Amino acid sequence: MSARNRELFGLIPATLLVTGGFTAVLLTRVSNVHDVTLTYGAIFLGCCLFAHLFIRWRLPNADPYLFPISAVLASIGLVELYRIQESFAIKQAGWFALGIVFFCLTIVFLRDYRVLERYRYTIAAASIALLLLPRLAGQATNGAYLAIHVGSFSFQPAEFAKIGVIIFLASYLRDVREVLVQGRLPRISLKHMGPLLVIWGASMVMLIFIRDLGSSLMFFGGFLALLYVATGRLSLVAAGAGMFYLGAWFLTNHIAHVHSRVEIWQHPFQPDLVEGKGYQIAQGLFAQADGGLLGSGFSQSLLYLPGGHSILPAPHTDLIYAVIVNELGLFGAVAMLLTYLLFVRRGFKAGLVSGDGFGKLLATGLTAVFALQVFVIVGGVTKVIPLTGVTLPFISYGGSSIIANFVLLALLLIVSDAGRQRPELRGGVVP
Amino acid sequence: MNQKIRNLFALVIVLFGTLIFATSWWTVDELGAKGLKDNPHNRRKLLEQMRHPRGLIVAADGTVLASNKHSGHGETKRYYRFYPLQGLLSHAVGYYFVSKGSAGLEKQYDDQLAGRQNEFASTIDQLLGHRQEGEDIRTTLDVNAQKVALGALAGRRGAVVAIEPSSGRVRVMASVPGYDPNQITSTRGIGAGASTLNRTTQGRYPPGSTFKVVTATAAIDSGRYTPNSFISGKSPKIISGVPLQNFGGENFGAISLTDALTHSVNTVFGEIGEKLGRATLLKYMLRYGFQRKPPLDYPRDEMVASGAFRTKGCGSGIDYGRVAIGQECHLVTTPLQMAEVAATVANRGVRMKPQLVERVVAKDGRVKQSFRPKEAATVMSTRSAAAVGQMMQHVVEEGTGTAARLAGVSVAGKTGTAEIPGTSENQVWFIGYAPADHPRMAVAVTIERTQGEGGTVAAPIAKQVLEALLGKAARKSG
Repeated sequence: MSARNRELFGLIPATLLVTGGFTAVLLTRVSNVHDVTLTYGAIFLGCCLFAHLFIRWRLPNADPYLFPISAVLASIGLVELYRIQESFAIKQAGWFALGIVFFCLTIVFLRDYRVLERYRYTIAAASIALLLLPRLAGQATNGAYLAIHVGSFSFQPAEFAKIGVIIFLASYLRDVREVLVQGRLPRISLKHMGPLLVIWGASMVMLIFIRDLGSSLMFFGGFLALLYVATGRLSLVAAGAGMFYLGAWFLTNHIAHVHSRVEIWQHPFQPDLVEGKGYQIAQGLFAQADGGLLGSGFSQSLLYLPGGHSILPAPHTDLIYAVIVNELGLFGAVAMLLTYLLFVRRGFKAGLVSGDGFGKLLATGLTAVFALQVFVIVGGVTKVIPLTGVTLPFISYGGSSIIANFVLLALLLIVSDAGRQRPELRGGVVP
Repeated sequence: MNQKIRNLFALVIVLFGTLIFATSWWTVDELGAKGLKDNPHNRRKLLEQMRHPRGLIVAADGTVLASNKHSGHGETKRYYRFYPLQGLLSHAVGYYFVSKGSAGLEKQYDDQLAGRQNEFASTIDQLLGHRQEGEDIRTTLDVNAQKVALGALAGRRGAVVAIEPSSGRVRVMASVPGYDPNQITSTRGIGAGASTLNRTTQGRYPPGSTFKVVTATAAIDSGRYTPNSFISGKSPKIISGVPLQNFGGENFGAISLTDALTHSVNTVFGEIGEKLGRATLLKYMLRYGFQRKPPLDYPRDEMVASGAFRTKGCGSGIDYGRVAIGQECHLVTTPLQMAEVAATVANRGVRMKPQLVERVVAKDGRVKQSFRPKEAATVMSTRSAAAVGQMMQHVVEEGTGTAARLAGVSVAGKTGTAEIPGTSENQVWFIGYAPADHPRMAVAVTIERTQGEGGTVAAPIAKQVLEALLGKAARKSG
């Protein structure tokens, strides 16, 4: 079977999830069923089919699993959002359509990803500007500067900045990796180490300015992953990790907001925190405990208080994982995490088959930062690390997140398509 | 580089493994989920319960005692308890509110009323798409007799209990002051004069002369005395080294045990108590159910044990000569216990387990639990019971309890008037049953801190309650 036909078959699980999930939610709301509810599902599936045809046309050799896996994740999100509040599902279906547009535009305008190398400093500067934008123009949410507001829309630049930073790092490390691999540590000149120190400094600055430990961890983690893959020198990685830890430790003790985040994380049930700052993490954990092994089922969980407020703060963004565990149980949540793991596997695969260093580093970096984002938000909700407001890729509500992740997906497919049409792989078994 | 990418993937697997472990930790009861569910700040269980209507609680005749109201719709729909009869049966039924907890039958039968099942059954039900539904509870309580009892108490602090002797069914459980359970959640509370204390199961009262029924049981069933045994009724008489007076200092000659009960002669029963001794009296008290909490289907923490207990402020040593006449600081009883004493004599010496709930019925009409009368203990022989019953009949016919007489129906009973030390007020009692020859109902009545005696204050109340219950029973069997 050709790769593209496999991709088409791969869309079946997403179709089943969307139709099954919507039916389940609808069944519990017998009282107010109307026809339009099904249109969100139809828009979503229409977008999937269109994107598939587009990939068939422009990237015939690209990895056949990445897109269907993303569609499965997006359909879990769409169903849960529909369950949380109908209007979220409408908008999310719209964001999904817009995401597909950006996906196609990326593929059309970036026929050769190597073009990106030429603009690496522009991209790096733009990314850092994007990161600092909320601090200059936005307002703080829970003390962190993560979004800027334009009219009724909020825009989260960090979602796009993560892609820019990875492009820059991949391109930069491709150039200097020889030096970093061969040079003895003292000999590595400031010229080569400089930009790395700049990245470290930038993530510390991020901690100070956008005050978000999670995003900072995500960026710096992505950087360390690339450094390791590019150089294979664990000493460099350890040095980087140590510097990050020291910096984070220092800032935790000197920036009240970061400090209180850590405090809440360690003791969410303390009487003075549990109804205040610790409420979000505590309620998230309570909801997960209620889910148990099998969960309460789509739309069956306790979500709304008698007044109409949600018992979980931000159930559609930060805490969507808690809602998923509550409704689908441990088994459903593990299935979802394994789906992410599959995505990561195929992302790294794109790196493995890529014929050039930049492609390898680009695919690896994008995948690593994607995996870290899942780890940061799920780890936050499950109290593995302090909870911070990053989105669950493809699942959480939000335009910036959906669009950015579709661009990320497009880049992975482009790298994969280029890699898999290399002559030595042609005719052989597709790995 | 490819090997490094593979290593990186291994690291991602470790990270995701951590996430899976953490999620398992918070969702599996044996790991961390139990602690979360039991966390006092976790209101989800209570909020979850409010999403389902609780089962109804109804009286023996089907009158609804506890039902539900709701607010909101769809996912915000919440059910609240509503008690249509307000204060009428509040102590027996109790209350259930998420913010205030629960009491009474609402607490005792919470699992059934909430429709809670074990996790396995509920998972199966969930898969089959069944909704959690509360089960209805039919009680043994008689709404009309309860009204009569409260009317007769007329606001005086006290209690009335009526029990069907042959089955242990509790028909009346009246405690004054009462409260309106609908007011529990109101910001002003249940009001100044109201009380959630159930005096029938939690009132610790000196039983006075009603306890002589227990002493008489011990005297006759032990074979040491007969109803015709003659004992000196002089007053005062030295009992346990201290002079004991009859009521009003009245001096009786040598009189029969029957006459001594009829006229409630203290010095006779004091002497019997002293001679029977601690062991024999305690043996019969234990058989009657004293010294431990009653086996009623009612929350344990809303019942107290009756009996002679070492109590601070009562001096050392329990004087069983004075326990025998029901006037001893260490001896306290509940109205429910004294009703059981009367019911046991009525039921030929066999004490039945008291019961408040007749059956538990699922929403589809299936009977999930059905109550069968159960013997709690054989207190005395049938002959002894007949003899004690005969003596109690004399009390109502010609003794201190004539105010409990009913037209056309013979009543057996015993009055009690316990002095409250340091005051001129009494704890007054009447216990009894009717009809004396074929007992259908036993009753205990008490009023706190009042002027007058058991025969004049409590006996008329017992009469009204028996009348209400027997009238109904007669119609039922006719």
